[in-house]
Amino acid sequence: MSRLRGRSLGSLMLGAVVVAYIAWSLLPVGVAFLFSFNRGYSRSIWQGFSLQWWIGPHSVFRNSTYAGAITHSLLLAGLAVLITVPLGVSLAVLLSRWRGRGTRGLSLLATVPLVVPELVLSLAMFFLVTRLLTFVSLGTPAQVVGQVTFILPLVVVITRGRLTSIPIGFEEAATDLGASSLGAIRLVLLPLLQPAILASAIVTFAVSIDDFVITQYMSSTSATQSVPMVIYNATRGGATPVLNAMAVVMAVTTILIAGLSFLGYRFLVQREQFGALETEPELTAPPITTVPATNEGGW
Amino acid sequence: MHPRRQLLALGGPGLIWLALFVTVGLYALVSIAAGGLDPILLTPVPAWSPLHWNFTVLGQVTSSFNPFGGGDWHLFLRTCIYIAISLTACILIGYPVAYFTAVRARRTKGPLLVLLVIPLLVSYMLRMLAWVGLLSPGGWVNSVLLHLGIISSQVNWLNGMSVTVVLGLIYGWIPYFILPLYASLARFDTRYLEAAADLGASGTATFVRVTLPLSAQGILAGSVIVALPMFGDYFTNGLLSGTSSTSMVGTLINSYAQSESGQATSAAQALLLIGFLTLLLLPYLRSSARANGVVVR
Repeated sequence: MSRLRGRSLGSLMLGAVVVAYIAWSLLPVGVAFLFSFNRGYSRSIWQGFSLQWWIGPHSVFRNSTYAGAITHSLLLAGLAVLITVPLGVSLAVLLSRWRGRGTRGLSLLATVPLVVPELVLSLAMFFLVTRLLTFVSLGTPAQVVGQVTFILPLVVVITRGRLTSIPIGFEEAATDLGASSLGAIRLVLLPLLQPAILASAIVTFAVSIDDFVITQYMSSTSATQSVPMVIYNATRGGATPVLNAMAVVMAVTTILIAGLSFLGYRFLVQREQFGALETEPELTAPPITTVPATNEGGW
Repeated sequence: MHPRRQLLALGGPGLIWLALFVTVGLYALVSIAAGGLDPILLTPVPAWSPLHWNFTVLGQVTSSFNPFGGGDWHLFLRTCIYIAISLTACILIGYPVAYFTAVRARRTKGPLLVLLVIPLLVSYMLRMLAWVGLLSPGGWVNSVLLHLGIISSQVNWLNGMSVTVVLGLIYGWIPYFILPLYASLARFDTRYLEAAADLGASGTATFVRVTLPLSAQGILAGSVIVALPMFGDYFTNGLLSGTSSTSMVGTLINSYAQSESGQATSAAQALLLIGFLTLLLLPYLRSSARANGVVVR
């Protein structure tokens, strides 16, 4: 891109807006982090530095409610990834390779949870689970079911975006060479879907950890409180800075796991680009270097 | 081409999952809204058969949103105003940020994207928790404003102030607006800008007649992505206000859902909300279908 108008006043202002936004979006979180080192019991008035909420008898790791919430959030996220990713990726293959009648109806079914507010979906699932499917008991089972239902459409969107850039000719070539249809999907499609699968796992994990509404509606006892639920219930009360410490532990864990997975994602994509250079140009797929734009819309 | 039977075997579990939990779930919502009451326990009993549907509660809820004397009309209006203001702010703040990151930033693009994604990984609740600390009586916001002489005494920001709730909504949801808009603008072909400049358009004219129309689809998508959940948002209000003077539709539905006797009402309100949002979404669905049609052609 050429510099159209040089470094005009407009570009400077644009840059200023970006810097101001980033500061506004992150500084409050930094302050919340800082207050986890407060010596006193206040989460808003600074009373000196102390590590008591991080180390020792009052620390977040010794507090059974808070440490339990972190464990429970991680458990829910792990289960959500294990169930949502396979279900969503295979559903996406069905939706993108299905030809003929019913395509629109099936796609609509996979879109509904995206356009219905989470509160409405949670209420619907709460009535379903308490009145009809009573074998899904409130607590961990219902929380996992709720999160999977909520996140499944996102995985479908991410994977379908990738699938549209993989020509069906690849699978046809495999079946021509003697592979079964499912064999072609497993041997040809699955390796090409690796980046989408990893991206789906990252999104599922992040959305699960962040999720509040459906997790709350599907919860039972205090043992099934996730981190967002504890924050919601304790923030207005007189909770000590240990609450901030718990929130920070969860955020740092999420960022680390998502960051490491993203490095893995980058590795997969780069290896693919490198590999693509070595094959005949005619045989390679159209550029499938990045997950298409719909991915980012799906957070 | 894959045989349908094998595709169904592969995607079937996901289909069944969605059909069971979403379709049947929404049906359960209707059955509760149009169901009856247990005469002794006063808990709502779902009417699974459409023959037994009873629309008394749905009628009551509908009339409560009547603009002429309906008890919840003001709450609905307030919700729409809050969301309209928040959405406008999301566009005014979010558009320059997404535009800069997608079109102008070059070497800074990667780090910028990371900074834009971090709020999504730091949970919504932690970000609200941060503001509760800052806005508390004696907190840093009050200190700074007192010091600057903008306020003369401590303000209780967390006690039913519309400003706080709207700022909370903007702060909470804007990252979800920026990223889809970024994704849409990332496909922006800057040669259009060069062409406009070559043809003699001024900076403003280029922006109004080239850049903005090309970003419309992304702005619309981002708006839908943040506006829909705002209609069901009760937690921002719960954390930053906690009083009924700033209640929104989500607050109303959630509070009815908490008591067994209010569950049928909450189900009926949820159904009405779906209806309203469908009407609101129709223009968007039509325009995105048109946009997709152009791409396909």
